[in-house]
Amino acid sequence: MKLLTHNLLSSHVRGVGPRGFPLRLEATEVRVIPVEFNPDFVARMIPKVEWAALLEAADHLRLAEVPKGPTQGYEQDETFLRKMHHVLLEVEVVEGTLQCPESGRVFPITRGIPNMLLNEEETET
Amino acid sequence: MACRGRRPEHGGPPELFYDQNEARKYMRNSRMIDVQTKMTGRALELLDLPDEKPCFLLDIGCGTGLSGDYLSDEGHYWVGIDISLAMLDAALDRKAQGDLLLGDMGQGIPFKPGSFDGCISISAVQWLCNANKKSDIPAKRLYCFFSSLYSVLVRGARAVLQLYPENSEQLELITTQAIRAGFTGGVVVDYPNSAKAKKFYLCLFSGPSTFLPKGLNEIKEEEEAKESTFTNKSQAVPSIISQPCLRHRVPYRIARSGVVRKMKTREWVLEKKERRRRQGKEVRPDTQYTGRKRKPYF
Repeated sequence: MKLLTHNLLSSHVRGVGPRGFPLRLEATEVRVIPVEFNPDFVARMIPKVEWAALLEAADHLRLAEVPKGPTQGYEQDETFLRKMHHVLLEVEVVEGTLQCPESGRVFPITRGIPNMLLNEEETET
Repeated sequence: MACRGRRPEHGGPPELFYDQNEARKYMRNSRMIDVQTKMTGRALELLDLPDEKPCFLLDIGCGTGLSGDYLSDEGHYWVGIDISLAMLDAALDRKAQGDLLLGDMGQGIPFKPGSFDGCISISAVQWLCNANKKSDIPAKRLYCFFSSLYSVLVRGARAVLQLYPENSEQLELITTQAIRAGFTGGVVVDYPNSAKAKKFYLCLFSGPSTFLPKGLNEIKEEEEAKESTFTNKSQAVPSIISQPCLRHRVPYRIARSGVVRKMKTREWVLEKKERRRRQGKEVRPDTQYTGRKRKPYF
């Protein structure tokens, strides 16, 4: 699971709503996988990034060199975009957990795949 | 994939149907791969994403990542959700480039509002119509799916869902819930007269109402094979230009082919208008004046 995905994931446990974001990330195994740099894509995703959640997740993964926020004119700032590219797309959580901040429910991550299946009591239906 | 006699949804839940054996078929059976790939291409065409811009897409029922690979090849980034661990494991083996989630679409899409620029789904949504647990109510699951999908899409984004509805009641159940969730749009049917080639694409718009694209139609039996090859922007006008991968604007095409006169002919204009109709854009009707020679000052 990439950090970009984590930054957009929100718990869908019944009754939780917007308070289900962000999921608390803990990782026991992390991998760095090179991904081709596409500045257009990174620049387009920057406005969607929730910085507090990103910084907290990066902190839990003990990542260095994470920008604290978008710089002025970030669309042309290649250094900034490359750093964000690395943080958002190249860091993969292989084993770990995601925890819903409101309900406390834990979603395990195995082989890089978060298990978001809810049981009957937890679903809206 | 549904076999002709029995529908897989009647045999049990998808997470059991899509086991390792089924996953292997998706990896090995070239006809299966071919059909899935073509449907993905058509879905992407109907999604009508902005030209040359990498988008962030959602793939519902991503399975082994066949459709996802297509999205990656087009330069997009994607997240896939599937209910079958066996299929997702196969996707990992195939080194699918999108992020994968194990999840049930009927429980909702667990993302923040406005996360995705678009959504596709190939051969998955019909599974929501059959209750597998005693507590399942298909209409509720469908509504939960559509309402959360509506939320996670950027305003104005589209969702194109290729599916195999069992009958018209099922299709109506699905579309009713989609409309309740706030979507506009409709069903595009390709090759409605062919039992084998007929495909349903539920095209949903999350913004203001847009023109619904025309379904594809076969013209003659011998042309059927050609027709089922979808067009994309790079296969622009095959009858005029023989070079395949021309994704460039008109002036460059002229320079490449060196055939200046063939551009802007009436034939070319009509083909282009037909292409835009297939993409669902609003196009003026063809008249005797279409593509006529204009006075020099034009």
